[in-house]
Formats: sequence, C-alpha cells, structure tokens
Amino acid sequence: MKAKVLLSLVLLCGNLAAPLARAGDAAPTAPAAPPACELPSYLLTTESQLPKVADAIKAGKPLEILVIGSRSTTIPASEDSSYPARMQAILRDRLLPSEAVHVSVEIQSKKTAEEAAATFVKLMEAKKPTLVIWQTGTVDAIRAIDPDDFRGAVTEGVSALQNAGADVVLMNLQYSPRTETMISVPPYLDNMRVVAQEHDVPLFDRFAIMRQWNDQGQFDLFSPSRGPELAKQVHDCLGRALAQFVIDAAHLGPAGQQN
Amino acid sequence: MTIADQVTGSTIAGTAKPVEARPEPRSAAPAVTLPAIGERELRLDLFRGLALWLIFVDHLPPSLLTWFTIRNYGFSDATEIFIFISGYTAAFVYGRAMLESGFVIATARILRRVWQIYVAHVFLFTIFLAEISYVATSFENPLYTEEMGIMDFLKQPDVTIVQALLLRFRPVNMDVLPLYIVLMLALPLILWSMKWRPDVTLALSVVLYAVTWEFDLYFSAYPNGFWAFNPLAWQLLFVFGAWCALGGARRMSRILASPVTMWIAIAYVVAAFYVTLTWYVPQLSHLMPKRLEQWMYPIDKTDLDVLRFTHFLALAALIVRFLPRDWPGLKSAWLRPLILCGQHSLEIFCLGVFLAFAGHFILAEVSGGAAMHALISLSGILIMWGVAWVISWYKRVADKSGAKTKNAVGNADLAGGG
Repeated sequence: MKAKVLLSLVLLCGNLAAPLARAGDAAPTAPAAPPACELPSYLLTTESQLPKVADAIKAGKPLEILVIGSRSTTIPASEDSSYPARMQAILRDRLLPSEAVHVSVEIQSKKTAEEAAATFVKLMEAKKPTLVIWQTGTVDAIRAIDPDDFRGAVTEGVSALQNAGADVVLMNLQYSPRTETMISVPPYLDNMRVVAQEHDVPLFDRFAIMRQWNDQGQFDLFSPSRGPELAKQVHDCLGRALAQFVIDAAHLGPAGQQN
Repeated sequence: MTIADQVTGSTIAGTAKPVEARPEPRSAAPAVTLPAIGERELRLDLFRGLALWLIFVDHLPPSLLTWFTIRNYGFSDATEIFIFISGYTAAFVYGRAMLESGFVIATARILRRVWQIYVAHVFLFTIFLAEISYVATSFENPLYTEEMGIMDFLKQPDVTIVQALLLRFRPVNMDVLPLYIVLMLALPLILWSMKWRPDVTLALSVVLYAVTWEFDLYFSAYPNGFWAFNPLAWQLLFVFGAWCALGGARRMSRILASPVTMWIAIAYVVAAFYVTLTWYVPQLSHLMPKRLEQWMYPIDKTDLDVLRFTHFLALAALIVRFLPRDWPGLKSAWLRPLILCGQHSLEIFCLGVFLAFAGHFILAEVSGGAAMHALISLSGILIMWGVAWVISWYKRVADKSGAKTKNAVGNADLAGGG
C-alpha cells in the first residue's frame, strides 16, 4: 500500500512538471502524463494480478502484448496515435530493457464477443503473447445481444486466453455521451465486471475513466468535431492509463520503473 | 363514512378500524373486495409522481441529481414503483368496471386505454427517430466511429418502422410503455381470474414468474435480443399490485403491522444499501464475501430479479407502516407537485421521456456543464409539474361545464387509472 502511495506521489510530481513537456506530445516517448490525463487512483487500481507479466519482466524476457479489440481500439487513419501504440511507447519508456516490449493489435471490427472468442485459439497459437488486453462489449451493446449470452461469450473467451497461457486484462466500452440515448450500455459493463471478478482478471474500466475525464472537463466528449485531434488526445491518455494499470497489476512498482 | 378505506386496506388503519371496512353489498364475487370510489389514495399518487420524476432524472446523463434517485440506495428503482402502482390502480378502476358492467364492457375500456398508451409510444418513437437522424447526420467524431454503428438501422427504415410498430424495435429508455401495454392487454384475464380466486391468480402469477426463470422465456426483439423488461417476469409486480388493490393488502395488514416484518424489512433495506455502496465506493468491495458476490450477481433487471422484487416489498412495507394514509403532510402544498404528476401518469410519463430526449439534445448541442445539467433537470421537473397542473385544471373545468352524466366510474383517471 505504501508503495502505491509513494508511486502516486511520484506521478503527481511528474504531472506537475508536465506542462513543459506537453508541446512534445506527438513524440513517441513523451516522458510524463499531461495534466489532462489525470485520474483518481481508484480507477487504476485492481486487486487481480498479472503474474505472468511480472515473471517475464523479472526474468528479463521480452514482453509480448496482444490487444484484441473492435474499431474503438483504433483511430481511423491514425494508427500510430491509437492507445495500443501509445501504451507501447509508455511501457518502453518505463520498463527496461525498452526493446523488450512489443504490442501487436488484432482488430476484429463488427464482431461480437462470441464471434471474437471463436478466433482465440488460433490467434494464440500464432502470437503466443504474455498478456492479452481484450477490449469488447461495444458491438454486443449496439446489437443488443442478450447480456447472459454476452457474459457466457466473455467467460469462454477469457478461459481460452488463460488456457493458452496468457495473462488477461479486460477492457470495457467507451463512454459515449452522444449515443447514450441510443445504446444501452450498463448491462454489458455489469457483465464484464462479473466475469472479471469470477476469473480474477483485472478490468480496465475505460467507461468510468472516460466519463471521469468528461465530467471533470478535461475532454469534451460531446464534441461533434470531425478532426482527429480529440481522438488522438483521448487515446494518448488511455494508453498512459493502461500502461500504468498493467504496471500496477503486475506489481512492477517503482522498482521496475524509470521515472 | 369513508368507504375508500377498503380500497386502501394496505394501511395499518385497516386493522384499527375494522368496522368501516365492511364488504361492499353489490359485490358479486365474495372473494374480491370491490374497490370503492371515494377519497383518492394520495399515497399512490405521491409515489407514482415520485417514480415519474425519478425515471426522468435516471434517463438524463448522470449528474448530482442522480444521487437522489433510489436506485443508488438499493436494488430496486422507480420502475418497480411505477409498475406496482399501475397494477394497483388499474385493478382498482377496471376491477370495479368489471364487477359492475361485466367482462365485455370492462375489456372494451381496457383496450381503449391500451390504444392510448400505444399511440403515446408511437409518438415518442417518432421523436426519437427525429433525434437520432439528426445526430447521425451531424456527428462525425472519429473517436466514436464504432458507436455510430447504431445508426445502421436508418438504412432500412421499411423494416425498422414496421418492427417499431410491432413493439419489437425499441430504442433505449422506451421499454416501459411496451411492457405496460402487454400488461394492460393481459388485465382483463387477470381481473377475470381475480374475481374468481384472487389468491389462486397471484399464485399463478408466481408460477409464471418461476417458469420464466426456469426455462428462460422471453419476448424477442428486433434486430435481435429480447425485451429489456420481460413482461413474463414483470407481470408479478403488476398482478401483485392488482391483488393488493382487490383486498389483498387489507388481508395482509396484520403481517404488515407486525414488528417482525418491520425489522426484516429494515435489515434487508440496510443490507441492500450496503451492497449498493460497494458499487460506488470500490474501497469497500473487499469487505464483501466473494461467495456472496458470486451468488448475488448479476442482479437482473430484465427478469425482475428476486432481490429487486423483495427490495421493493421491503420498501413498500416500511412506507405503508410509517406513512399512514391520513398523514396530513399528504395535503401539504409541498407535495402537491408530486401528487399532481402522479395523477396524470401516462401524460407525464411520456412528457418525461420526451424531456429526457430534449435534455440530452441540449446538453449535446449547447453545452454540457454541470450548471446546465442542473438547470435541465430542474426545469424538466417544473415543466412536468406545470403540465400536470394544466391537465388537472382542464379536467376540472371540463367536468364542471361538461356532461353531468360523467360520474366517477367512467373516469379512468380517477385513480390515475393507467
């Protein structure tokens, strides 16, 4: 616990010093999180752990991360700014040796959790990642898939990933205020939380995090702007938060960190 | 004499004044206490008004005001209140019609009411279509390309609109009225059966609920999935409301008056509050036994989870105990807005859904600040009150100047009949 407090203090100091670094945001290795990314620590805390990631880092093995997601895992025409790419940059910055972290992305657009889970066995054989970050739920919510079926599919998917020998992080839906009256999100959030609890898998609560940013005024997620700037900034912050989340869940703590 | 005491036998007063609760002489079926017309049961109006306000607030994006809605303090929410009271008042109004005018006439009147609700639903759907079409053409934030997939249904309006008319395609937040329509369609059957044996009817309802859970029965929806409120499960609350209205509550009054019931209810409500607290204060969640969590979650709204139903029962038991029907506060000016809204539930419900759409729209188009949010919530509630007042005023004037033939029996709204 003490280590966590210490870590947050260090991060906070980093944040205070950040405005100077902000101009260089687009650079692949921006050193500290910009103030816009600030989050209360409970949103980045999890009781579940990532033992395989921890082992890999301790043994000095390369860390292979696979992000499986739908279209909200990318930004159209700006792949390098999407959160998996940003996470890779941050992790490389934080963990030594830097070239040992590799993030690959598997986009399964318009696939429900069930359809995505069906591909996992083959996918895992091909990629053999240490950690899989599975972002899901959006397509199911849009298509109003039966939440029970959804839960079953997520359960199967998580089991398949774990059986293939990887640590798993679940990532839930985006907070999308503009479509709130059109897509019923809560059942999918709830069911993902249940599966995460049952399988002792860390859940990265993207929904709560983005809502926090919107409520605090860091980002105006109602914005109808067609330009990619907002999306890039949000993904940058998501990438940072996710990197932090993985580091915490794997208990890599200040020891493995270069700050 | 206040013959209304029979109707509202759910009060503790029911036991205290047994003399007044004499059976209605015209009652053909001894099993049913005929609902009598008399003074309005203001508690019903009050809580239905409250439910309408809460549904409105819950349909807006979360804000400070959301913290005042009961779903944050336990398992059940405003929907339970709304459906229960709807069952209660529907049985109250149409049960009387059935005993007096017979099955056919009562059925005809119920169907007329169903038609009104259906038209209201289609009206709301039209507004929704207008909103979603606007958003689809004006909102192109690349952050949300995936979420915009929800607009795909606009590509085939021929199918979508027909499915909407069949109640199979329903946008978010428009699930309550279709549920209500199905429940009202079943009402003639429910009342007919209640007239014969109220307890057996209630038992059948429980059986249907159990069968629904056991065999996972549901109403399918378009394009896929199922109804967000499963009528086969939610009928339990509706029938239970009807059963209470037709004398059940009075027969239960001894149970309700017992301190054992009270303490069980209090314990349950407190426990539910604690569980809800762990959702919002994650630091507490490690105090929850994992076993209990695994057994309890998910608490299913679609099929009216038993935990939700019992939570509603516990709340209702406490309210009936601590808020007597002759509580003078019910006549106070402060509660007047709530009661007024509860008295015109269909109109105010539809208005609330519309205002929630409009509120979302303003938040999206004008500004999304907290001040704006509070302003929208408050003005929404004021508008609901204002419209309820106008409807009341109009009814009063129309009743005064209009036909003298109009007696209380013919007025479906007497008990907020729908």
